[in-house]
Amino acid sequence: MKQPDLKGHFGPYGGRYVPETLVKACEELTEAYAKVRRDPKFKKELTHYLTSYAGRPTPVYEARNLSAYFKRGRIFLKREDLLHTGAHKINNTIAQALLARRLGKTRIVAETGAGQHGVASATAACVFGLKCVVYMGAVDIERQSLNVYKMKLLGAEVRPVMSGSQTLKDATNEAIRDWVTNVEDTHYLIGSVVGPHPYPMMVRDFQSVIGRETRASFLKNHGGLPDYLLACVGGGSNSMGFFYPFLKDKKVRMIGVEAGGEGVSTKHHASSITAGRPGILHGMKSYLLQDKNGQVQLAHSISAGLDYPSVGPEHSHLSDSGRVQYVSVTDTEALKGFDLLTKLEGIMPALESAHVVGHLSKLMPKIKKTDRMVICLSGRGDKDIHTVQQYF
Amino acid sequence: MKELDTLMKNRLEEKIKQARQKRRKLFCLFLTFGYPSIAATERLILSARDSGVDIIELGFPFSDPLADGPTIQYSSQESLKHNPSIRDAMRLVERLRRKGCELPIVYFGYLNPVFSYGEIKFAGDAKTAGFDGLILPDLPPEEETLLRRECKRKNLCLVNLVAPTTSDERMKMLVRESQGFVYYVSLRGVTGVRRSLPSDLASRVKKIRKMTSKPVLVGFGVSTPNQAKLVARISDGVIVGSAVIREIQKGILSAERLIKRISRAVHSEPHKPL
Repeated sequence: MKQPDLKGHFGPYGGRYVPETLVKACEELTEAYAKVRRDPKFKKELTHYLTSYAGRPTPVYEARNLSAYFKRGRIFLKREDLLHTGAHKINNTIAQALLARRLGKTRIVAETGAGQHGVASATAACVFGLKCVVYMGAVDIERQSLNVYKMKLLGAEVRPVMSGSQTLKDATNEAIRDWVTNVEDTHYLIGSVVGPHPYPMMVRDFQSVIGRETRASFLKNHGGLPDYLLACVGGGSNSMGFFYPFLKDKKVRMIGVEAGGEGVSTKHHASSITAGRPGILHGMKSYLLQDKNGQVQLAHSISAGLDYPSVGPEHSHLSDSGRVQYVSVTDTEALKGFDLLTKLEGIMPALESAHVVGHLSKLMPKIKKTDRMVICLSGRGDKDIHTVQQYF
Repeated sequence: MKELDTLMKNRLEEKIKQARQKRRKLFCLFLTFGYPSIAATERLILSARDSGVDIIELGFPFSDPLADGPTIQYSSQESLKHNPSIRDAMRLVERLRRKGCELPIVYFGYLNPVFSYGEIKFAGDAKTAGFDGLILPDLPPEEETLLRRECKRKNLCLVNLVAPTTSDERMKMLVRESQGFVYYVSLRGVTGVRRSLPSDLASRVKKIRKMTSKPVLVGFGVSTPNQAKLVARISDGVIVGSAVIREIQKGILSAERLIKRISRAVHSEPHKPL
């Protein structure tokens, strides 16, 4: 069955759990997106910006030193880290900003955790002449000060969020509150495959360019499909875009890596699928970290970009159906992954993507010697250097 | 039989019938459960009854109240420090009913705590405890149809919200499906105190009142006795929350005085049928 259904359900997940004030905006967006989805002019314009501005297609690089280190398999990296602004986020922000312009909106609001989506939103707003307000938790502002400064240089207004845990979850609440208030002229540019319908579907589609390129490149250069795909999952936009074009290729195994923080047996992690249960937050039903009373629990991860207590609803569905396997990697393992990729390949990954590298030490001994795997290297590590500095 | 009678009885529907007969405007007071304490909530409900409040909207706190402004966010966070459960809220209502308080009480809350409690179980337990209705701001009628059916079966009024952005066609559906009354959200934005009321309020409310015989209550942004009076004039009743919650920060007595003043203002407006 095609996912999602007309009301945005992926199995029992997804949907549209929003205050009445936002229903019209969600409906409008769904309609507008249905139109542009089939509009060759929109596609052409988007492709133009993705190639000549953002730097697509990104290469698929064979990490021979890394493969040699594990003495088996062949590891490839899909280099989203080479994109303009340093991560896959730009794929989605350019597309949504184009769409916002079509809707006649003059202002975008965005939430950001690590600041990557904020920077990518501010960047797209520059290109398309939109006013941009970014909500960011006060705690995240502290740990990602460089991105905050970048957003300001790009002309965006960064509004610190002091409520709740002062991280991505609360920034999302505040962005939604802004959207409720200014819905007439404002588009909410969600940065991940989360939120009410049509966002999870739309952001997935916009990020699917990652998987499509990988698939085409593999078929062309290696005469077949990879055996494994691996990507990190916070909200889950890079992984969803990476996995989606391969879902029907039954032989391709997929692993989503969640942030394990200090370990899933502690209270300090962000592994919603591994350790949460279904719930409703930010307009969607999905796996959610919550206490026995249904209050949302604070997520924790060394990487601000994965620090989210829920996950895209399609991931929840893919986990239940068993199509994708979800694992959890701790802060310490992620740091080891960072160190490994930096030393062996001269590539400093974002701490989000470093989680995937951190999983290899567990996965590699179990694979066949000839297996080929592709890691979605969703972003570069520049923004995390001062965090990493505390450890090495 | 007697047990069945208690179960099928709905204080909210009775109150609405009485108000219509007496041509009385309705004053619905929002209180955050457990703010500043459960005992304080209990006292406020009892004194509200004596001040002429018609309906209590008991807000169960949620960690991520995305339709609420800073005041209710704050009261929710404060209440959550004591880890209240839905069961605690039900116990309070049971206690009030035992004390003979027959004020209609509507549960207000975001969906997740209800979902976590178990929706079907919730509808039954809430009704047994003495709740008369339910408002879930993040649950549109398109989702959780099981809960809707169960509320109907248990005669628990599930109140729909209508917003300034709601299309005419959707408005018809929401008004038709709403049980008890219709909650009109007066403005685009979150709950909280505003200096003035939106200019299109009267015409929007008029439109809804023409569609239905159910009372239309206006909430979001109504904060002073004078605003409440103005809103009561053009609607069937007024919902006040943030203004009172803010007053609680100064003290319970101060909040009780404000409730009394708003109640007088609302009830000074005689009901004029359209």
